Amino acid sequence: MTELLSPYLNWLPAELSWLVITLISIVIILVPLFIIVAYYTYAERKVIGYMQIRIGPNRVGWKGLLQPFADMFKLMFKEIIVPSNANTYLFLVAPVLAFAPAMAAWAVVPFGEGVVFSNIDAGLLYILAMTSLGVYGVIIAGWASNSKYALLGAMRSAAQIVAYEIAMGFALVGVLMASGSLNLSAIVEAQQGGVWNWFIVPLLPLFFVYFIAGVAETNRAPFDVAEGESEIVAGFHVEYSGMAFSVFFLAEYANMILISLLTALMFLGGWLSPVPDLIGDGPFWLVLKTGFFMLLFLWFRATFPRYRYDQIMRLGWKVLLPVTIVWLLVEGVAVYFRIGPWFA
Amino acid sequence: MINRIRHYLKSFLFLELMQGLSVTGKYFFKKKFTVQYPEQKTPLSPRFRGLHALRRYPNGEERCIACKLCEVVCPALAITIESEEREDGTRRTTRYDIDLFKCIYCGFCEEACPVDSIVETDIFEYHFENRGENIMTKEKLLEIGDRYEAQIAANRAADAPYR
Repeated sequence: MTELLSPYLNWLPAELSWLVITLISIVIILVPLFIIVAYYTYAERKVIGYMQIRIGPNRVGWKGLLQPFADMFKLMFKEIIVPSNANTYLFLVAPVLAFAPAMAAWAVVPFGEGVVFSNIDAGLLYILAMTSLGVYGVIIAGWASNSKYALLGAMRSAAQIVAYEIAMGFALVGVLMASGSLNLSAIVEAQQGGVWNWFIVPLLPLFFVYFIAGVAETNRAPFDVAEGESEIVAGFHVEYSGMAFSVFFLAEYANMILISLLTALMFLGGWLSPVPDLIGDGPFWLVLKTGFFMLLFLWFRATFPRYRYDQIMRLGWKVLLPVTIVWLLVEGVAVYFRIGPWFA
Repeated sequence: MINRIRHYLKSFLFLELMQGLSVTGKYFFKKKFTVQYPEQKTPLSPRFRGLHALRRYPNGEERCIACKLCEVVCPALAITIESEEREDGTRRTTRYDIDLFKCIYCGFCEEACPVDSIVETDIFEYHFENRGENIMTKEKLLEIGDRYEAQIAANRAADAPYR
């Protein structure tokens, strides 16, 4: 991204231009992200409404399109209540701890050829590190609230994220074995040449594992025991209100979009066209693929009942993990013998 | 053994999950039957039980004869009646209060009334802005009855064949 911006800012002193370019890039990534998050909440209410034969929000603005802003203003003007026996400092720091990694992970995500904020070699590792850090926000929020529901929610969420992190990590190991790189742009480049060369073909089980683990990682239905409205009220964020609450929400939705985007990048060839001879590559392919997975998140929530806690653990440890390990062995053999277009 | 394999196939091919998704997917495109409330309204039955009213005879005489049957039958004890003899020797209420916070809109008062005086209209959009407004006094009830008499009479007439 620096290369794209620097020609317009070369009249600035070198050090200053670097700073300005960095800040502009951050704004270019985060502002659209916030807007997408806002409209993702709107889309969620609309999609789930439609699936329940309702029409969803349609009062604020045309077809309810200003609803996210109405919600935002409402949350902004609400009081942030700190429970009297809560640890005030940690209580207020927790949303930030959940939010910051969710935003920071976007630094290494490529949106197109060369359109990436920082094209580091260990991109995949960085993403894994950042998405795992988010759980600290949840745990600290649950602990600092001094509420049993919050604590239970935090514990569930922590156990769940730890369990699925492993399956997710293993699924990503498959991707890096296939691409031979941890750099996200390089992973996409390795899938060049149409739909047959995408990693979803040789790594289908890992693709499913990754997406399921991704849904669990973001604490979304049907893995939303951390919120579990019916048994523990709202889980780790019961005691939060106003902006502190919405920051958690922002982080959750940003993570959902990130998971969708990463699935598209690592298994569906990112911005690469499925039929390069007919239609060229372009960022719109990435938008399309990401949008599909974002819709899946909502579709899942409208369809599946919540897993029981022990079922979640069983699925994570006894199903997803063995599947990934078996498939890694298969893939290892395939890589050794240089099979197909993918491991050549 | 066969069952086990079938079970594994079923879970690993996500067959049941796909079924679930296809159901919600189908409903996504179904016609929505949401009623856009303030603009659209659902039809009301003539038996609808909303805000109360006290009716009068066509000559302007109030129907209520202070028999207190409604007060007795009221399961929520929402009705309070005090009565006195009027100059012409008839028994009339001096006080007829319905506490709308207590009322459960069961319609028993209406059924108990021998002279069809206390009725429940089909008004359901009302609110209170101050304390005490929830008590419907005799004056208020009579005023509602006067104002909506046409509607009340029409509803009674429509339901008469079934009573």
